[in-house]
Amino acid sequence: MTAPLKLVAVSAGLSVPSSTRLLADRLAGAVRTALEGRREVEVEVVELRGLARPIADHLVTGFPGPELRSALESVEAADGLIAVTPVFSASYSGLFKSFFDVLDREALTGTPVLIAATGGSARHSLALEHALRPLFAHLRAVVAPTAVFAASEDWGPGGDAEGLAPRIARAGGELADLLALRPPRPRAEPEVVPFEQQLAALRAG
Amino acid sequence: MQFGIFTVGDVTEDPTTGRTPSEHERIKAMVAIAQKAEEVGLDVFATGEHHNPPFVPSSPTTMLGHIAARTDRLILSTSTTLITTNDPVKIAEDFAMLQHLADGRVDLMLGRGNTGPVYPWFGQDIRQGIPLAIENYALLHKLWREDVVDWKGRFRTPLQGFTSTPRPLDGVPPFVWHGSIRSPEIAEQAAYYGDGFFANNIFWPKEHFQRLVNLYRERYAHYGHGTAEQAVVGLGGQVFMRRNSQDAVREFRPYFDNAPVYGHGPSLEEFTEQTPLTVGSPQQVIDKTLTFRETFGDYQRQLFLVDHAGLPLKTVLEQLDLLGEEVVPVLRKEFANGRPAGVPEAPTHASLLAQRTAAENTTEEAR
Repeated sequence: MTAPLKLVAVSAGLSVPSSTRLLADRLAGAVRTALEGRREVEVEVVELRGLARPIADHLVTGFPGPELRSALESVEAADGLIAVTPVFSASYSGLFKSFFDVLDREALTGTPVLIAATGGSARHSLALEHALRPLFAHLRAVVAPTAVFAASEDWGPGGDAEGLAPRIARAGGELADLLALRPPRPRAEPEVVPFEQQLAALRAG
Repeated sequence: MQFGIFTVGDVTEDPTTGRTPSEHERIKAMVAIAQKAEEVGLDVFATGEHHNPPFVPSSPTTMLGHIAARTDRLILSTSTTLITTNDPVKIAEDFAMLQHLADGRVDLMLGRGNTGPVYPWFGQDIRQGIPLAIENYALLHKLWREDVVDWKGRFRTPLQGFTSTPRPLDGVPPFVWHGSIRSPEIAEQAAYYGDGFFANNIFWPKEHFQRLVNLYRERYAHYGHGTAEQAVVGLGGQVFMRRNSQDAVREFRPYFDNAPVYGHGPSLEEFTEQTPLTVGSPQQVIDKTLTFRETFGDYQRQLFLVDHAGLPLKTVLEQLDLLGEEVVPVLRKEFANGRPAGVPEAPTHASLLAQRTAAENTTEEAR
């Protein structure tokens, strides 16, 4: 039996309860549904709200405190990531960006990522394409084609039949397909390059 | 086991008085601190190297040469000497000269430097930091061991028939420590040469440095310099003491809160929990420092940071009194307790000279 896939959902929602967290949960559920019968999934949600101060501390000191370190390690160890932010001032929130700023820049290389955002109106939806998608491209993640934006109105009538629910299902299906194909993630410590080799590389140049 | 202090050499406003010392005052204060270190029985004084305000020590061997003339016993070192942006030829010359003037009381710690603009100011590229450290040190190592050097590398203009003068005192190059806060390549470099490895652990949690120190120890053994336990390890520490720990916390808090490196971030309590910083009584400093051995194994050099963040000279000198009178004597005794027989002391000029003489005698006898 293959080990369960580890799916981590990062939510940068600030209110409690938060529609950003709600969207993260719905997306995680959709991935789980799409993988039913194929792979088992363990979901962990990382709420950035509770890490706001540790993230700011890390920006200042250059190292994570214990709670933040554990969240960063979860993301590093994830087979797949769901990243959800509220749209603030035409982009991801500062807290959301700061979390990915303190994450090791190799941590998401090759990791399938589903991006999603919430906002007051659908007029902000392209923030996903001009802000989140390039961020994860920079981190060399594999971003699912469908990005999900939930405006306030999507949570009401009309949100279900034609709107949000099918988009969540489609995005969840895309991430599930990326995950299902994925071999178990190697967990080896990076090997040190022997010194002679480091010297030789210089001579060869 | 050697105990000493290392200074960053920052000129920082005293947050409790709003007064900023002049560069001249700070430089003179660093000299006074070094002299005091010898007076209270510490073994090592190390200065940083910086090429931008608010730091003063751009020319470490000038300062250390001056201190050498005013001390008799103190080992003069650096924390760190920039192996990336200094010309290795000039490092070879400067430190050999210092070694002669100080009668061998000299070693140095190499580091890459993490101030971006310093690289272009000195004609280098920060993205080449590791290759620069590797190539420049390979040259420095050669210049101190071979009288006539032919050299061609990637970064420096080639040398033909070059002799670095003066030659190292008694033909024994200064001992080198390699300092690093995150790069396994540097731990590997230190291990390859059988040099010391200094983990400047003062601002970060110990788990991070455990990995680096363990890697260095393993690779030291791999390269046949001795067992992993015999590898030469140095560690940092940061302390502020008063007899009564509440007084220490009360007095240090404004300096902590406004400190250039970590100020305006975590609270003093969180930071002392997560890093080697100890603010409290001499006994608390003793207790915390003894835990380093549990984490990193028996080691050779312990340097404390005591003079940054705008602390006035008078306060720093009081810290040195406490270190010398109450902390270090206990640490010497405690660290000697249960220290395995095979674990060496930190190399000094005298020990390296004796080692070489012994090796030569063995060769003579073999003939």
